Amino acid sequence: MSSESRESSEQETAENETPVESQTATKELQTVESVVIRFCGDSGDGMQLAGTQFTNVSAVFGNDVSTLPDFPAEIRAPAGSLFGVSGFQLCFSSGDIYTPGDEVDTLVAMNPAALKTNLADLKRGGTLIVNEDAFDKSNLGKAHYDSNPLDDESELASYRVHKVPMTRLTRDAVDGLGLSVREADRCKNFFALGLVYWLYERDSKPTEEWVKSKFGKYPSVLEANLRALKAGFNFGFSTEQFTVHYEVPAAQLEPGRYRKVTGNEAVAMGLVTAAKLAETELFYGGYPITPASDILHELSKLKRFGVRTFQAEDEIAAITSVVGAAFGGALAVTASSGPGIALKGEGIGLGVIMELPMVIVDVQRGGPSTGLPTKTEQSDLFLTYFGRNGDCPMPVIAARSPADCFAMAQEAVRIAVEFMTPVFLLTDGYIANGAEPWKIPEVDGMYRVKVRHPTESNGNGHGFQPYMRDENLVRPWAIPGTPGLEHRLGGLEKSDGSGNVSYDPDNHQQMTKIRSQKLDKIAESIPDQEVDGSESGDLLVISWGGTYGAVKSACAASRRQGKSVAHCHLQYIHPFPRNLGEVLSRYKKVLIPELNSGQLWIIIRAHFLVDAVSMSKVKGKPFLIGELCDKIDEVLES
Amino acid sequence: MSADTSLPVLTQKDFASDQEIRWCPRCGDYSILAQMKKVLPTLGIPRENIVFVSGIGCSSRFPYYMSTYGMHSIHGRAPAIATGLKVARPELTVFVITGDGDALSIGGNHLMHALRRNVDLKIIMFNNQIYGLTKGQYSPTSPLGKKTKSTPFGSVDRPLNPLSIAIGAGATFVARSADVDIKHLTSVLERAAAHKGSAFVEVYQDCNVFNSGAFEFATKKDQKEENCIYLEHGKPLIYGKARDKGVRIDGAGNPDIVNLSDVKEDDLLFHDETTDDPTHAFRLAQMRWPDSPEPMGVFRAIERPTYDGEVDRQFKDCIASQGSGDLDKLFNSGDTWEVKAKS
Ligand SMILES: Cc1ncc(C[n+]2csc(CCOP(=O)(O)OP(=O)(O)O)c2C)c(N)n1
Repeated sequence: MSSESRESSEQETAENETPVESQTATKELQTVESVVIRFCGDSGDGMQLAGTQFTNVSAVFGNDVSTLPDFPAEIRAPAGSLFGVSGFQLCFSSGDIYTPGDEVDTLVAMNPAALKTNLADLKRGGTLIVNEDAFDKSNLGKAHYDSNPLDDESELASYRVHKVPMTRLTRDAVDGLGLSVREADRCKNFFALGLVYWLYERDSKPTEEWVKSKFGKYPSVLEANLRALKAGFNFGFSTEQFTVHYEVPAAQLEPGRYRKVTGNEAVAMGLVTAAKLAETELFYGGYPITPASDILHELSKLKRFGVRTFQAEDEIAAITSVVGAAFGGALAVTASSGPGIALKGEGIGLGVIMELPMVIVDVQRGGPSTGLPTKTEQSDLFLTYFGRNGDCPMPVIAARSPADCFAMAQEAVRIAVEFMTPVFLLTDGYIANGAEPWKIPEVDGMYRVKVRHPTESNGNGHGFQPYMRDENLVRPWAIPGTPGLEHRLGGLEKSDGSGNVSYDPDNHQQMTKIRSQKLDKIAESIPDQEVDGSESGDLLVISWGGTYGAVKSACAASRRQGKSVAHCHLQYIHPFPRNLGEVLSRYKKVLIPELNSGQLWIIIRAHFLVDAVSMSKVKGKPFLIGELCDKIDEVLES
Repeated sequence: MSADTSLPVLTQKDFASDQEIRWCPRCGDYSILAQMKKVLPTLGIPRENIVFVSGIGCSSRFPYYMSTYGMHSIHGRAPAIATGLKVARPELTVFVITGDGDALSIGGNHLMHALRRNVDLKIIMFNNQIYGLTKGQYSPTSPLGKKTKSTPFGSVDRPLNPLSIAIGAGATFVARSADVDIKHLTSVLERAAAHKGSAFVEVYQDCNVFNSGAFEFATKKDQKEENCIYLEHGKPLIYGKARDKGVRIDGAGNPDIVNLSDVKEDDLLFHDETTDDPTHAFRLAQMRWPDSPEPMGVFRAIERPTYDGEVDRQFKDCIASQGSGDLDKLFNSGDTWEVKAKS
């Protein structure tokens, strides 16, 4: 993590008011291990773009990277308002990192609203770069500042403040290109980016290439962005304000070819990969919802991989179209977020009773109801675990990071097809929009899901028996178009074997049992639970989903301080790995941090009768490593 | 779809499943089931390529009684299920069986969208103007003032006109028939089955337990010719047992019932199923008994590309123009970089 590594630079004077002698081109270059930068500004300021570009050049340079985009909930909040602030945080490092970082080392604030809403996350002694041109009366008013905070020495005394007239400098840089003032001003994110590139010794080539490919058709815009980028870089280089800059050496990642992926991209690629390797077609039925929509967008582009996408009229149609496609023999998938998953419940239950393979991705966001659409949470666990009428068990698995979504999407397909059941794959807004380096895998050697559609009847002369099961309790996936296997499925209880409608009490008891035993069979197909840290000890911290990185880092930090803290990250939540109970029994205490009010905690307590401690945070924000470390200490001391 | 001569010739019986039929005695559903079994062998489609998808309601038990592939699903969602199936498997022939409550109350949204997309589905809506399965509540097609268990003082809900809804949604095939009008129903089902695109057929169906005789005007032998106009493409709108009455369009553009003794045939309204403009079909759909004679038959039958066909075309075009997807290329797209082993 980054926090300690910057201490060396803190003895630098925080203020730069005193005139400094004009410097030569050589400014001091300090080496640091990791850095957290946050770009923030108005939603029209291009902060996501600046952040993404910085991430890309850092990844290409060879750093480990982790990102956290933070979008405003309002689509078009008034410019300059507190609601309209868009942020993008990234951590880049020469070591392994698992989160976008707790505290911000360098904050780029493009206007007063951005400063107001983000300053609290900047660490003491951190670098603050502001566009001072944006601190005019109107913007200050919109951010509810009574006076200009840039004029208030005491307010900013604990930071290294750089007031940069970005608007003016950007306009000067693009002067003569015939751009309107508005067009010129839109380039100032590149000015900011260029400045930060200088500050952290980044190579701006990849960004220049990107600008060229993006704006090739608009030569003046292309030129303007390149000039703004260069102007920002040169400003850092030549101005007297900046006396030091930093380098973060390349990380020692496993050798191989890498690219950056977001969770949503990785889910889409994982699904396509599973379908392609299974030599079958993928059907995706979806209805747009933040933060899941990108899965639909990604898959819509990939028709050549045998993907058919259907943007349904609502989530109910999305899930039921998936039921229809699954009946037809397609690998059928839908994705949504909490409100949409709530609507899908009845259709999912239909899939469970019909024992059809389907994958349902829940990209969780803050709830209940419409909740916090652009913020992350883990509070749909109960919804996926229990949220259907009747005894309706189904597998629930959860991805732990953006890149892990690739593997878990394939795993969801495997379970669905091999066990003929709908499967929930949980991700969340943090994973879905966050990005990390992904080591590009070899296609050879990847697990191939075997899809079998029988062509022969199994009824020994008594017609086709759609609910005749194999040793794993799995029924055959016979599909329309197959002569002799004509059969009817439906939501009414089935007679085991024939699949005919049955109200027989004993049959219902039996079928309910079989549906739940299927989960036990699935447990036999998943890996045993591993722990990070010693095999037994004082404390086991259990995490699931997107909190993986923060919890892993916190447990590792605690161990470095000599504490007996192991970490157990669950990817399989229903069923649990078979050895989980035994793992739990080896530790004196169990802590379960979650971004909900204790949903896994309740399930674990009910399952294993352990007196686990819950750590709950529901603020629409991921855990900080620091707050987890504090909680670990508290539990250890209790 | 053309008949494959090498296939065994199927009969009505081949489409009957081994399941006991559990509708109430004399339910109109029996007749519709029988006519469907009669029509299917004439289509020349192998049994295994036919799928019946239904929602929930009495009528929605239908798939169990057919020896094709089938799915009895959840309330109102059959059009969406069928859309997913048809998009995934465009070569299948997919029927949707639904009731007036199933299709127009809970499932109204899906019905509208299946129709406007022109998914190649044959949607057969059994209209008994009542909720049968839940034992007799009024439905979205029940008339104003209808007394039912949930409207003991008479319904104050204005009814929907199913055909107007279908036409308004852009359905490319719209027709109406009645359960016991055997020959007529058979021919309408045949036409619907042959249509390429979403076909919406309203079938008046008698629920003799909860809403007995609601459609007598259109089914009773001595009444139906007087109350209904049997539509024929290219022919003038003439009706009556003696074929002595007709429909003309008056100066204000409204239908006007006339006596053929007063008006020449050429001045009557001629039926045209194929006009792209839905005004004609809509006008016919607005003619309801007892205010005017009610048209029966095919209101509209136009050709438009189907949704599933277009999805399939794009799908195949992409593969043809971009080549079959290569996972290695996909993984390596965008900015990639190499991390070298430590030397
Ligand atoms: C989600 C849901 N809501 C309500 C019901 C109860 N329900 C079953 S059928 C039905 C109405 C059926 O009426 P209609 O579609 O006209 O069919 P009919 O039974 O008359 O053939 C209702 C309300 C249900 N099964 N599912």
